[in-house]
Amino acid sequence: MAEVTIPPREAFRLSQLLYDARYRSLTIQVIAAMVLMLSLAWLVDNTVQNLAALGKDFSFAFLWTTAGYDINQQIIPFSSQDTHARAALVGILNTLVLAVMGCILATIIGVLVGVLRLSKNFVVSGIMTFYVEAMRNTPLLIWILIVFAVMTEATPQPREFREGGSAAMILWDSVAISNRGVFVPKPLWGDGSGVVVAVFLLSILGIFILRRVARKRQEQTGQQLPVFRVSLALFFLPALIAFFVMGRPITLELPELGGFNFVGGIQIRNSLIALWLALSLYTSAFIAEIVRSGILAVSKGQTEAAFALGIQPNRTMQLVILPQALRVIIPPLISQFLNLTKNSSLALAVGYMDVRSTLGGITINQTGREIEGILLLGTFYLIVSLIISSVMNLYNSSVKLKER
Amino acid sequence: MSGQSSIAFVRGDIIPPAPPPPGQTGVLRWMRENLFSSVTNTLLTLLSLYLIWSVLSAVMPWTLNGVWVAGSLNECREIRDARGLETAACWAVINERWLQLLFGFYPTDDRLLASLFYAEPLAAAGGMDAIFGAGSNATTRIEFVNAMKADLSNLTIFFFGYWRPLVAVALLVVAVAPILYANLPRGLLWLSLAYPFIGVFLFWGGSVWGPALVALGLVAALFLGRLVAGRSGLLAGALTALGAFVVIFLNPLGVIGHSGLFPLLPHVKGVMDGLLPMGLPAIPSDQFGGFMLAIIIGTSGIVLSLPIGILLALGRQSTMPFIRWVCVTFIEVIRGVPLIVWLFVASTLLKYFLPPGSNFDALLRVIILVTLFASAYIAEVVRGGLAALPKGQYEAADSLGLDYWKSMRLIVLPQALKISIPGIVNTFIGLFKDTTLVVFVGLRDPLGLTNAIRATPEWNGIYWELYIFVALLFFTFCFFMSRYSMYLERKLQTDRR
Amino acid sequence: MSEFQTSIEDRQIDRSQMKVSDEIAIEITDMNKWYGTFHVLRDINLTVNRGERIVVCGPSGSGKSTLIRCINALEEHQKGTITVDGTTLSTDLKNIDKVRSEVGMVFQHFNLFPHLTILENCTLAPIWVRQVPKREAEETAMYFLEKVKIPEQALKYPGQLSGGQQQRVAIARSLCMRPRIMLFDEPTSALDPEMIKEVLDTMIQLAEEGMTMICVTHEMGFAQAVANRVIFMDQGQIIEQNEPKAFFNNPQNDRTKLFLSQILGH
Repeated sequence: MAEVTIPPREAFRLSQLLYDARYRSLTIQVIAAMVLMLSLAWLVDNTVQNLAALGKDFSFAFLWTTAGYDINQQIIPFSSQDTHARAALVGILNTLVLAVMGCILATIIGVLVGVLRLSKNFVVSGIMTFYVEAMRNTPLLIWILIVFAVMTEATPQPREFREGGSAAMILWDSVAISNRGVFVPKPLWGDGSGVVVAVFLLSILGIFILRRVARKRQEQTGQQLPVFRVSLALFFLPALIAFFVMGRPITLELPELGGFNFVGGIQIRNSLIALWLALSLYTSAFIAEIVRSGILAVSKGQTEAAFALGIQPNRTMQLVILPQALRVIIPPLISQFLNLTKNSSLALAVGYMDVRSTLGGITINQTGREIEGILLLGTFYLIVSLIISSVMNLYNSSVKLKER
Repeated sequence: MSGQSSIAFVRGDIIPPAPPPPGQTGVLRWMRENLFSSVTNTLLTLLSLYLIWSVLSAVMPWTLNGVWVAGSLNECREIRDARGLETAACWAVINERWLQLLFGFYPTDDRLLASLFYAEPLAAAGGMDAIFGAGSNATTRIEFVNAMKADLSNLTIFFFGYWRPLVAVALLVVAVAPILYANLPRGLLWLSLAYPFIGVFLFWGGSVWGPALVALGLVAALFLGRLVAGRSGLLAGALTALGAFVVIFLNPLGVIGHSGLFPLLPHVKGVMDGLLPMGLPAIPSDQFGGFMLAIIIGTSGIVLSLPIGILLALGRQSTMPFIRWVCVTFIEVIRGVPLIVWLFVASTLLKYFLPPGSNFDALLRVIILVTLFASAYIAEVVRGGLAALPKGQYEAADSLGLDYWKSMRLIVLPQALKISIPGIVNTFIGLFKDTTLVVFVGLRDPLGLTNAIRATPEWNGIYWELYIFVALLFFTFCFFMSRYSMYLERKLQTDRR
Repeated sequence: MSEFQTSIEDRQIDRSQMKVSDEIAIEITDMNKWYGTFHVLRDINLTVNRGERIVVCGPSGSGKSTLIRCINALEEHQKGTITVDGTTLSTDLKNIDKVRSEVGMVFQHFNLFPHLTILENCTLAPIWVRQVPKREAEETAMYFLEKVKIPEQALKYPGQLSGGQQQRVAIARSLCMRPRIMLFDEPTSALDPEMIKEVLDTMIQLAEEGMTMICVTHEMGFAQAVANRVIFMDQGQIIEQNEPKAFFNNPQNDRTKLFLSQILGH
């Protein structure tokens, strides 16, 4: 064994801070940290001085004072006597409702448009291309305003729904679209409806078990069970049977005209509908592009290889194309969801009371707490986006191709 | 014939190409294959055709029967009824207000208009000085200008009254062209470098010495830095440039002459204005508006965000944990919060963060925040470009002995940025569309102006025509940009093969 | 391999300049390297004299590429010393820069800069690292491009050249820095068979001029014709080294025998 010779220790020289790999990066980072601290200190100092000059302090106590304003669309009960914190919560829920509804509709439309755009039928693909280009190249705000204008200017007033009026309710007199909003039936849960719901949930559990059993069966014996048809039956039949056995416990309360407006049912404000539609339509154009390029990204060779093995076209889609396409589609899809959520802050344009309008709007105007309010608002959006992007990272690491 | 020779074959004559059997070509076959190949496909075709028909039959009469000349919405409706039409668009509002939608309340160059197209009434009113001179009567001037504008066509006012924004935008196109199209003469890049100063001067006006001196100061600082860099290394050069910049622009501790924080620039500018006054009428940013505002905010946001975005992307790739952490945090915080919230930061919070008493105009504040916002997105785009570079490029640069900044500047960034251009263009399109949000902080973007137009008694209650016009403006611009970025993407794909 | 062996044997190799001097060019003592916990290089001891032409071979994953990448500090070693031309590679960044500008490296995938012309590829480092005036750098570049027999391609871009031409440009690019040592990391592995010869020819030419070379390659014909020493590596260590003749005709270690039988067997 050769003896390890340790080079003689040199005396530390100042130039080593810059030219020695051990210290250089540390030096740079320390300098960067100092610069950062100094600038932050400068900003904070300015803020403190400015606040002092205005006679303000920095405190979140305003959250627990009475809000004193009403919120027209609310999921949890809220009155003007409640606190600003609760108003913020109502706003947050409104934002989340809008975002979730938007993501669902946008995905449905987007997948449909994306697949149709790949159609060989040039009339169909032409319409879809037009749709995508029109949506993508025009500001979202215009779409929101246009849809809102359609909802408020081009829909009938409630009184038009009277006998002899020009408007009529749709879907067997259950839904009314008016310039006061869209009125839909409200389900009333009678005695025994819990049983129906429980049966429904159980049958969904049953579907999962069925799939698992079928897969095990296939792995062991090679036999393939008719999973799809059985699942479909399981989904509907047990719940329907329970519904009738229990004596139809769930009924619908239909909206009816009373006075100048509809009563009963659930009123969905036009602002929500307009935002929902505009956000979904706008985002769906981007999703369509993602879906299209995801499918195109799976090379033709993959389809051919599957066909050459004798796998049927629909199985090829399910076993070969989709798993690969989803790998490409899902990450940008999730970031579109994130965009949609952030874009929901445009609710301001049509007066929908989302978190930006409650916490970041009226609350700030009433209390004058600009810094605190915007800080909380930003934190909320940041948390949402961090959650969404960590979901994306999880997905990415779970599907990462094993490569050398 | 033996069994062996039966598998041997030699072609004697070549078969000439023949046309395919009948029924395999032609329009009918093509339609059968594409439009009616199966029941589903046929249904889809019919459904699509029905959709097109129902949309067109609803929209076309309204569009084509539109009223083009009218003074108000009511007049429009009267004309429509007089023609016996059920629906008709009132395009008259566009006809009358399109200049406002394009430029907001940006003032026209009335002197030029008067001297070119209104010379006789001007002479009759007492000449240029009587109307526009220093001691002239404001009321007379306004009456004169209104009469002139009523007489002149909107096109004349567009080309000559708004020559400053028009020239600025035209020069912008020329300045951007050499960056986007590699085969234009490289000399044009000098214009690209000079454009920020020319653009600021044309849009905002004021003394020519302001932008000119800033440009000179920058050039001097860079020149000094380069001189030092050539002799004693890049780091020393960069520090010199920075030092020179600070001295020239801030003159701290009175390096030159005065004591204390004495910015040199206004002083020299004052002297130069005294010696050689040159300039255009100054226009404050609160008069900017319309589509022009979208172009100014969008372009300056992207251009200013490029250097920051590149640094952030490099920082995010750095091996130094602290630098990486700072860059990642910055990027994620900016991207996690909607632009509209950042705009509110610009309009309400920025004044808290700056030294007491500092106050600058709303447009500049918006541009600063939009720049920061865009830089986070640009950083992600550039990061993609950096990641797309093969590792061998970094290694080759290292093995030749290039240091970090040299290998970035000479090898990595030129290639990474080229890959990133489509992404940068897409970010620009996104940012450009998002400029409509400035309406919420009180700037007059085209959508804000539609509200302003609706607020006038003549056009109260008009929606569609205005929205459609604004939407078409944005669509045209963004559509061509996105086509360009697709063309680039295709070109890059073939280049890299 | 026989085909290329004959093509090299056909060539008259001028050995007049190929002299090994006593001067030490590279000295590696007890060098160890880990990737995480994986021990890639174990107790490497190697002394290369000026003018030596060394071929390193071994199965994939044996650490041969890592070894030569350590020599110009593309990879960091954790233990032991590497001294190149009297400069010991340490954490001092100046030393790393110095070694890199004196050691040329040729990669398996050429790694030419696709956004620069051939000429610009060759002049970039001299101009920016050595601070040579542009005209002089271009003259040097043309000299070396002529030497690798592609002066007419100087204004083209790498993408327009064949693999063999690109690799010759990569050699010329390294030579423009006037290195005293050249490292080759499997320079012919990514090439089509008909292009290997032109690259090997260029390398032989370099050897004839007395360049100190370390080549990681499986071109045994080249090793026999040019090398004065062949090193066999496996599992991160030097298993056997010898003169080419003895190495090929009379390998000692079983691993070496197995390896040689696998690559010469057919």
